[in-house]
This record gives sequence, structure tokens and C-alpha cells, in this order.
Amino acid sequence: MTGYYGRPILKRPTWTWEVPCYLFAGGMAGAACTLATVAEARGDRGLARRAWLVALAGVGASPPLLIVDLGRPERFHHMLRVFKPTSPMNMGAWILAATAAAITLGGARSVLGWFPRLGRLSAATAVLGPALSTYTGVLVADTAVPAWHEARRELPWVFAAGSAMSAGSAVSLIGGGAPARRLALAGAAGELAATSAMQRRLGAIGEPYREGAAGRFAKLARAATAAGAGLVSAGHVQRRGTRKLAGAGAALLLAGAMATRWSVYKAGLQSAADPRYVVEPQRARLDARA
Amino acid sequence: MPDRVGFFTDTSVCIGCKACEVACKEWNELPADDIGWTGHSYDNTGHLGAATWRHVAFVEQELDGSMRWLMSSDVCKHCTSAPCLEVCPTGALFRTEFDTVVVQQDVCNGCGYCVSACPFGVIDRSEDDGRAHKCTLCYDRLKDDMTPACAQACPTESIRFGPLEELRERAFERLEVLHAAGESSARLYGEDPDDGMRGEGSIFLLLDEPEVYGLPPDPVSTTRDLGSMWASAARAGAALLACVAIAALGGRR
Repeated sequence: MTGYYGRPILKRPTWTWEVPCYLFAGGMAGAACTLATVAEARGDRGLARRAWLVALAGVGASPPLLIVDLGRPERFHHMLRVFKPTSPMNMGAWILAATAAAITLGGARSVLGWFPRLGRLSAATAVLGPALSTYTGVLVADTAVPAWHEARRELPWVFAAGSAMSAGSAVSLIGGGAPARRLALAGAAGELAATSAMQRRLGAIGEPYREGAAGRFAKLARAATAAGAGLVSAGHVQRRGTRKLAGAGAALLLAGAMATRWSVYKAGLQSAADPRYVVEPQRARLDARA
Repeated sequence: MPDRVGFFTDTSVCIGCKACEVACKEWNELPADDIGWTGHSYDNTGHLGAATWRHVAFVEQELDGSMRWLMSSDVCKHCTSAPCLEVCPTGALFRTEFDTVVVQQDVCNGCGYCVSACPFGVIDRSEDDGRAHKCTLCYDRLKDDMTPACAQACPTESIRFGPLEELRERAFERLEVLHAAGESSARLYGEDPDDGMRGEGSIFLLLDEPEVYGLPPDPVSTTRDLGSMWASAARAGAALLACVAIAALGGRR
């Protein structure tokens, strides 16, 4: 038994199911917004329109998820009463607000033909989209929760890759074609690589990612991602009957991206609940210094 | 600006009376805890929380064939580099003119970020009102030149209040006295301005390792790594943009 009657040293994070769901929805919106930007620059209006639709769906779901998670939802706008670079959540609120505005304008222009004389948004969305997909790595890592803070180097990569995978899959499901499938496959490869790199570097500190609910979500994520990537690649060769396969693969990749976020979320809760994960690395640090 | 103030909690003279817990609740009008027994010695509050801003820990140890009873009144550390304050997205947490860290209850929207940022597990969100609460070091009393309720009520002066520099000197003097008396396990906690929190506003004299009392042995403010975290996110974001560009530049088939 470690410490004081084995009681947790850290408080249980107050974040509930809305947060891993937001990590998924917001990340997908960011990558889809980036895809729409690149597709517009290329003049591929069909792909751009589909990517804007996915971005709109993701960014539309995000604020409600975040607001419901607050202890005082009616005060959500207090997030925007200051501009505070030391707070990743404050920076994230500004990034989300700006990206949501840009996606709404870009989507309205592309889908409804509104604001035809609006200047090019692409300079803004090329930065905002990736920012929305990756700042969450900083958000989660900037805590005292061992499984989150110790994974600070890899988490933005895990979230970036999962965003590419989910945005590519969602766009391909509504007819995004080969570019969307390529993005989904690249994201799948990236997410498998980033999560295994994270596991390798964390070593013993990464135990919460392998155990309990976090471990089950991680296994589910790996299986769904690998299987989904296989089916989407099969669909890529365009033989008769592979279209449905590719659709099923895209759905599996979406599930994989969601499961990875749940695994990260649960690993954080597990590591905060057990004082060993707090005491042992700190004790080792002190001993190394002595 | 007044001097920076804080607490020096000398656990070697704590008698576990919990007058600090009670005085804190009375003065700050905090709701009662569930006062069932935890089974952990005389501890019945368990931990610091949204409605428990002083918590007396009771540790029973076997030592040289006899029993030793350690007691320690834990409290918010009012850190020099306070991660709760730094991560707070609304600016509800702020540093007062006394260099203490306080939550503005009319601003807090209950996001819970401070709860996950505190390496001591001090601050928590209330189930009752959805906002984050912790020790204010009796901000209202300080403004009227009064001693915080817990220090006022402590019958053995285990909890001392005053300008932090004076407390630090007093802590080192007390440590010398105990070492001279043969209490070699005595040590200070939170007194080092070069530690991971750049020094705490609440200093403790402990008689065993910090973790025995439920304190982290070497806490480091999470925001110390903020620069490298943003750099990592920027690199991942650039890679995402490049990846999207490559995927979209290829053919439609």
C-alpha cells in the first residue's frame, strides 16, 4: 500500500464522457476544415463541399459537449472574458470560437453559395484547422495527472493522426473519393505509430494505458484501426463490390479514433486514482538527484 | 503591497484535535462532511476537498516495538508557481495582494481544469454548486488584519500564520531544535524556493516521508513544460497540414 492508506493523492478529474467525445468531434472538425481548405485551393469543389459538411458537423457538436461538462454551464462565456496564454483551455476556447466561425463562413460559401465576395479564408483555416486538432494534446497534458502529463510529447501526435483518420473516413463515407481515403489511411498509420511510440517511451509509467478500461479501449482501437485500414485499402483498388467494404472500413476507422480518445481519457482517471503513479516516479527522481 | 503571508504547520506539536477543521468550516460557512469513520485511525474527513480546506491526517506507525502516532493538518499550499491559477481559463483563480491564491466564486464556471492541475489534490469542484473551492487563507480576515481561522483556533500553535520569510526562518530554527533533540527524521516540506512549485506558501515540518502523510514527494508544476507541449502540438499540426495536402493533391482515383 502506497502513501496514506492507499488514498489517491490527486483529485479525480471532473471531466466526464463529454470530453473524450469532444476530443473526437473537435479533432475531426479541425482536420476536415484543413482538408476543405486544401481542396478549395486545388479547385476540387466537390471534395471541399464534403469536407466542409464534416467540419460543420464536428464543430457543431463541440460547444454543446464542452458546455454540458461545466459545473456551471450558463457561465460558459466566462472562457472568453480573458485571453490567457498560460491556460490551454482558454487558448482552446479562442481556437474553437475562431475555427467555428471560419468553418461556418467557409461551409456556407461552399454549400449554400453565400458570401461569394468573401475573401479567401484559406490563410486562417490552414492554421486554425490543425490547431483545433492538436491543441487538445496540450490541454490534456497540462495537468498533474501522470498518464496525461507524462505523455505530453506524443499526445498532440496521437490526436493529430486520429483527426486525420476520422475526418478522412467521414468525408469518404459521403463520397469524398480517393483523397479522403488516402487521408484516412495516413491517419490510421499515424495513429498506430504514435500510440505505440507513446507506449514504448512511457514504459512502466504507461501501465494505466494497458490496464482496465483504458487497456480495453486501446486494444479495441488497435483492432478497429488495423481492420478498418485493411478494408479501406481494399476499397482503394476499386474492384466491383469493394465500395461497401471501403464504407465498412471507414466506419471502423471512426470507431478506432473514438476508442483511442476513450483510452487516453480512462488512462488519466486510472493514473489519478492510484497514488503509486504519483509517488513512484517522484521518488525515483529524488533518489536520482540524491 | 503587504508581505507575502502563509502558514507554517509544525506537525511535531499537532495533537489531532481538528480545531482547525472546525474553525475553518465555521468561519467559511462550509457544509459538513460525512462524519462517519473512515477506519483510518482518527481520520474522518479523509482528504481535502471543496468543503474541507483543512484536513488532519492520522498515521499509526510501529517504531522500535512501540507505537508512534503522526498527525498533520494539511491545507492548500498557495504555491509560488500555482498551476491551478495558471490553467484557469476564466481568470477566476487569482493572486491576491497577500500573494495567496483565491477563487473568485462569481467568475468560476466549474470547468474543473484546476482540479486536474493541482499536484497536491487540494482543490475540488463542489457537487452542490458546480464551482471549484479551496482554502482562501481567510482572504476576508486578512483584509481586516486578522489571523486565519485555523491558525487562530490551533491550541498548540502547530499552525502558525505570518509573513512567509519569518515563517521560513522559524521553520529552520525548529528543525535544528528537533535534530539536536535526536529527532533525526524531522524534515521541512515546501520550504525550498527552487523546488518544482518554486516554493510553497504553506510550509510543513514533517516527521516522515511526505508520501506517508499523503503528500507528493517531489511535485512539479505542470505548466513548467508548457512551452515544450505547445512546440510538440505545433509540429504535429504542421505534419497534419502536410499530410492533408499530400492526400488531396493526388488524383481523384
